[in-house]
Amino acid sequence: MALVLTEEQTMLRDSARGLLADKAPVSHLRQLRDEQSPDGLSRALWQTFAEMGFAGLLVPEAFGGSGLGMVEAGVVMEEIGRNLTPSPFLATAVIAAAALTHGGSAAHQQAYLPAIAAGSLLATLAIDEGAKHRPLHTALQATRAGNGFRLSGSKALVIDGHLADLVIVAARSAGNPGDRDGLTLLLVDAKASGLTIERTAMLDYHNAARLEFDNVEVTSDSVLGELDHGAALLERVLNIGRVAVASELLGVAEGVFARTVAYLKERKQFGRLIGEFQALQHRAAHLYVEIEITRAAVLKAAQALDSDPERAAALVAVAKAKAGSTATLAVQEGVQMHGGMGMTDAFDIGFFMKRARVCQELFGDSNYHAEQLARLKGY
Amino acid sequence: MTDTSSDLDQFRRETRQWLEANCPPEMRRPIESDDEMFWGGRNPSYASEPQRLWFERMRDKGWTVPHWPRQYGGGGLDAERTKILRQEMAAISARQPLMSFGVSMLGPALLKYGTEAQKLEHLPKIARGEIRWCQGYSEPNAGSDLASLQTRAESDGDDFIINGQKIWTSYANYADWIFCLVRTDPTAKKHEGISFILFDMASPGVSTKPILLISGKSPFCETFFDNVRVPKANVVGTINRGWDVAKYLLQHERTMISGMGDRSGGRPLGLLAADSIGTDAQGRLDDPMLRAQIASFEIDEVALSCAAERAIDLAKAGQLHPAFSSAMKYYGTELNKRRHELLMAAGGIDALEWDSDRSQQGAKARAWLRTKANSIEGGTSEVMLGIVAKRILDLPGA
Repeated sequence: MALVLTEEQTMLRDSARGLLADKAPVSHLRQLRDEQSPDGLSRALWQTFAEMGFAGLLVPEAFGGSGLGMVEAGVVMEEIGRNLTPSPFLATAVIAAAALTHGGSAAHQQAYLPAIAAGSLLATLAIDEGAKHRPLHTALQATRAGNGFRLSGSKALVIDGHLADLVIVAARSAGNPGDRDGLTLLLVDAKASGLTIERTAMLDYHNAARLEFDNVEVTSDSVLGELDHGAALLERVLNIGRVAVASELLGVAEGVFARTVAYLKERKQFGRLIGEFQALQHRAAHLYVEIEITRAAVLKAAQALDSDPERAAALVAVAKAKAGSTATLAVQEGVQMHGGMGMTDAFDIGFFMKRARVCQELFGDSNYHAEQLARLKGY
Repeated sequence: MTDTSSDLDQFRRETRQWLEANCPPEMRRPIESDDEMFWGGRNPSYASEPQRLWFERMRDKGWTVPHWPRQYGGGGLDAERTKILRQEMAAISARQPLMSFGVSMLGPALLKYGTEAQKLEHLPKIARGEIRWCQGYSEPNAGSDLASLQTRAESDGDDFIINGQKIWTSYANYADWIFCLVRTDPTAKKHEGISFILFDMASPGVSTKPILLISGKSPFCETFFDNVRVPKANVVGTINRGWDVAKYLLQHERTMISGMGDRSGGRPLGLLAADSIGTDAQGRLDDPMLRAQIASFEIDEVALSCAAERAIDLAKAGQLHPAFSSAMKYYGTELNKRRHELLMAAGGIDALEWDSDRSQQGAKARAWLRTKANSIEGGTSEVMLGIVAKRILDLPGA
């Protein structure tokens, strides 16, 4: 498979790029922040996403979606990153849709996938508990009770948590935190009794929430995939989320880099354009190379998830680690090269820096994925 | 007729079978030192019988240059099949059968700028490894500022008379022919009086002198020209327009250098380090800081190999920026220096030995020192960044 976008993928990119540049550039995020939007995103824009087929991008055609893959999802995520657009696309259309498609029963799929594709159902994954992403350390307890389970524990950094209708919860049904066995994914109604959802304002003005489960009752039909053996499904879904966020990070890096190069060509000091200074030229050129190399690694990981998901783990680790460090470099260079203006709220550069920081943590930062790569390679 | 995927699958199967039957087991290990490479030439020197067999079998298929047209000695494969052949060779860690500046540098320039007679004369001999080429570019006062070169070629009837000196000429002392930049118009602006010319290193007046490097080896030479007579017909492209040829060739040289550190068929660096240092109770490399550095290096290395693959695919689709080879050259060489720093750290005390058989005569240390030239030769990292800034980012005054 050639490591370039196909004609269809390029058309999808152009259409996502046109839509987001028009309807949801960075000023859209700024406006949502300034008016302290209760939703933190535009539901009208999400309806447009659904009408254009983006909400159902990963949903199989039998359930009203387009049945496309991670390369296509990555193409849309990259444009979301470039524009810093708050959108249910990541949590609902990528992660939840993938979890239901790969792990859901026929009944689950029928119940939720068409609604996701139509843009009428928002969903999310609740995974992290501590300060860092450690999926195997899941401690939230799923205790057997009657014909189902009672859930107790807490989750953090749940994307769109306060908007979601459906929460996919990673729970411990057996064993101890740290064990690979004993993990189960469960579908929980956001309105379930005993579930408290606290929207947590984050530094990037994107949606996140803390969830408290206090003896939340779910039936045995709520198990997504296999009871006690949910680790493989969880890993697959997380890898899809990781490549989606890596694509977003790539877009973040591109967005900040484009603004920075433009600034180098217009800002004058010492009687000349600052882009004439070799000290800045070389740093900009280095960043360009990092971004291009990241682009190749992210596309490679997306293709691997589509063609051979069992063997994609190392490429996913590389993509998320590389995208995280490249975006981190891009936003730091962005602020530095904009000088004092980069520190002002009036300039958009700070928005990129904030989003990059959150995306680093999402589903494992660069250090986490370097550790995974070392383990996969056996050293 | 368009290929179906089943045509390509069949080519993949046949290629795999052929490689399985024809690539000797000894040729399925990564090359560890320069002595293990085969360079061809008038007086070829084989390091081993398997090396000779492997070269001859690949040569007879035209697979030393699988993508060149058949009439020039190539394999005549299209881009898809060339990629499949590379993938199948990589899958069994098959070595390149022939190292050759003719293949990696001069060939592409001749294919683009050469006359039909020049192509027919030189390309088949390159493909068959019969002539070993060297590159006459740098001079003592023309390094990063290559276009200021002063080697003169003065007109004398149908010939040029060449006088001057080149430096850093890789393997000039073993080369049969040279592709060389000479000044044919000393009155023109510096980029506009240069010609690209080919001549036999056995011509009267050519002499070479190896330069001893910090690695204790001499891969480079000084090369002197004292009234060397060369036919004007040996100029590639137009007289005084040699800079175009030179730049085009440099793109290929930079691509080649960026891939020099690629040992992806070999044992992962972390495992090499574990062989040397040992592991802790959980099987992890027993040097946590080095382990972290290696993992971080490997992320960049895998990402770079993706970028190299993508560059080939972009070129095929006609979407590759011509200056992108400078980006790859910069990143690849800096990464290769990092690799060898880590290899030295992994080798520790053992990697410090310089002469012992135990250390294969200091192979690790010498290779480490040699890589320091990677970010200088073929254009320094700083020159590469300048090219990216100017030609890709379009920054002012660069």
